[in-house]
Amino acid sequence: MQPLTNEQIRAVIARGKLKDTIFKGVGLFCLAIALLVIVALIADMFMKGSERFTLDFFINFASRRATQAGILSAWVGSLLVMLVTALAAVPLGVAAGLYLEEYAKRNWLTHVIEVNISNLAAVPSIVYGLLALGIFVYQFGFGQSILSAGLTLALLILPIIIVATREAIRAIPAMIREGSMAVGATRWQTCRYHIIPYAMPGILTGVIIGLARAIGETAPIITIGALTFIAFLPPVPFTGEPPAGLFDWVMSPFTVMPIQIFNWTSRPDPAFEVNAAAAGFVLMVMVLSMNAVAIYLRYKMRKNIKW
Amino acid sequence: MSANNSDAHTVSDRLAKNAMRNVSERMIEALLLAAAAVSVLTTVGIVYVLVSESIHFFQQVSIVDFLTDTQWTPLFDDAHFGIMVLVSGTVVSSFVALAVAIPMGTIIAIYLSEFANSKVREIAKPILELLGGIPTIVFGYFALLVVTPVLQLILPELPGFSLLSAGLVMGIMIVPYIASLSEDAMRAVPMSLREGAYAMGSTRLYTALHVVVPAAFSGLAASYILAISRAVGETMILAVAAGMQPNLTWNPTEPAATITSYIVQVALGDLPHGSIGYLTIFAAGLTLLLITLVFNILGQWLRAKFRENY
Repeated sequence: MQPLTNEQIRAVIARGKLKDTIFKGVGLFCLAIALLVIVALIADMFMKGSERFTLDFFINFASRRATQAGILSAWVGSLLVMLVTALAAVPLGVAAGLYLEEYAKRNWLTHVIEVNISNLAAVPSIVYGLLALGIFVYQFGFGQSILSAGLTLALLILPIIIVATREAIRAIPAMIREGSMAVGATRWQTCRYHIIPYAMPGILTGVIIGLARAIGETAPIITIGALTFIAFLPPVPFTGEPPAGLFDWVMSPFTVMPIQIFNWTSRPDPAFEVNAAAAGFVLMVMVLSMNAVAIYLRYKMRKNIKW
Repeated sequence: MSANNSDAHTVSDRLAKNAMRNVSERMIEALLLAAAAVSVLTTVGIVYVLVSESIHFFQQVSIVDFLTDTQWTPLFDDAHFGIMVLVSGTVVSSFVALAVAIPMGTIIAIYLSEFANSKVREIAKPILELLGGIPTIVFGYFALLVVTPVLQLILPELPGFSLLSAGLVMGIMIVPYIASLSEDAMRAVPMSLREGAYAMGSTRLYTALHVVVPAAFSGLAASYILAISRAVGETMILAVAAGMQPNLTWNPTEPAATITSYIVQVALGDLPHGSIGYLTIFAAGLTLLLITLVFNILGQWLRAKFRENY
């Protein structure tokens, strides 16, 4: 075989480098598309919806006339559903994460729970809606209420919170536990006074990401049969006649932001497109700011913790 | 350990306190276990609801008709229950989505793990994360009112609702999942493999495609499988942008209902609890769950079979 001359070798190298450069360009191009989609989305909704960004839009109920319709019942509903979701999902998720990291023995039961959690994360969200329709709405008789919706979304984001809790706990070195137990603390006292507080930032990040996911979920809430036209507010939480009146609000019918957007998007009248754009922009601001807080928290944590 | 020993006061007092402490410790452990068991209960609940309602459904409709009929008209007088009509919509839209998401996601992953410097990565990863966090209803709005008009400039015959525009946007939605999982898999490939390739004179691209990608194959495959599950289970983009008429078609430029958008359509109406229309959504849901289950199992098998250990 003829040995390559210097020129040929240079040509081979140049060709290889050219391919590298081309691929770099393609990679950046793909990233640019992703960025472009986000920017186009936000810009489009902002420009189309800009005429609706008035106080009226936020304090009006849905209406048959597009220009008078507002998102009051939608954002109040979203807030209340998130409250139920957080109250159910955070204690359950943190407790489950704590159990799996600090208490669970390596046996079949633990294995079943772990496999289960990772499989649940891949179940389509609409299937949770069917679960809720069968169990919460009809078996438990909660009806199409804030309670049903909140619990459904809580089950949906439980895997996210559990995984975040476990990762945060796993990052705490063993010496913390040994130190605590060496001075006579029980396992629960160690968890209560050391593990949970130190894992808090990580848990919080998971909770925010989970809630940001939940606030944008539409399919499971439509499936349980939430109404799309609600022109009243649920009772203000915790203000009714105690004890029964305190929880009136959880049984109230409701609507949420994504359902309101869906409703407006699926109307043929283009005037409602403007409403959909404006409401979509508001929802995006909510979700993106929650995500931004979570990303920032994670970034801070990575910088600050030195055991 | 017993707390009823009351001869020696000081010792028994301390024992009693200890026993109380043990009891509360046990109770807390039981409570935590119960919280962890909620996830198992969720799975049991899902399977129970879908299977029990589907049994009612299949008492009225034969499984053979369900699988072979070519019409899906459950609410008409002349009712037909051919799930293939809905499955075709799901398959076509997922196919379009994956045709976008797999190449784009893989290229981004290779770029971020093998080419980009840490500065680009610090910017790119949050962007991808934000893209993955956008609510699907917003993507649906985007598909219907932004992407469809743009596509109609290129394909003037494209109807206002189509699997194509919904699928394209679904693909963009799935890109972050593939990119981040694949990048993790590729970054887990040890540096020494790359160094070996560079020492032999390979370029970066050659190393990436012929050393890193094969070594990370099980991770890449797992990310593709997850992407398929996402595409099959995606609901709102299709409900908004693909139209909701059942349509047995393999052509992405037509409107069609999918399994998921059919469930949404029925839930929006006011069907009485227990009616055949109500039962169809559970049969459709069971079909959906079985499809994603098959892909999950396939994913786990692929991961186990092609896992490389270093």
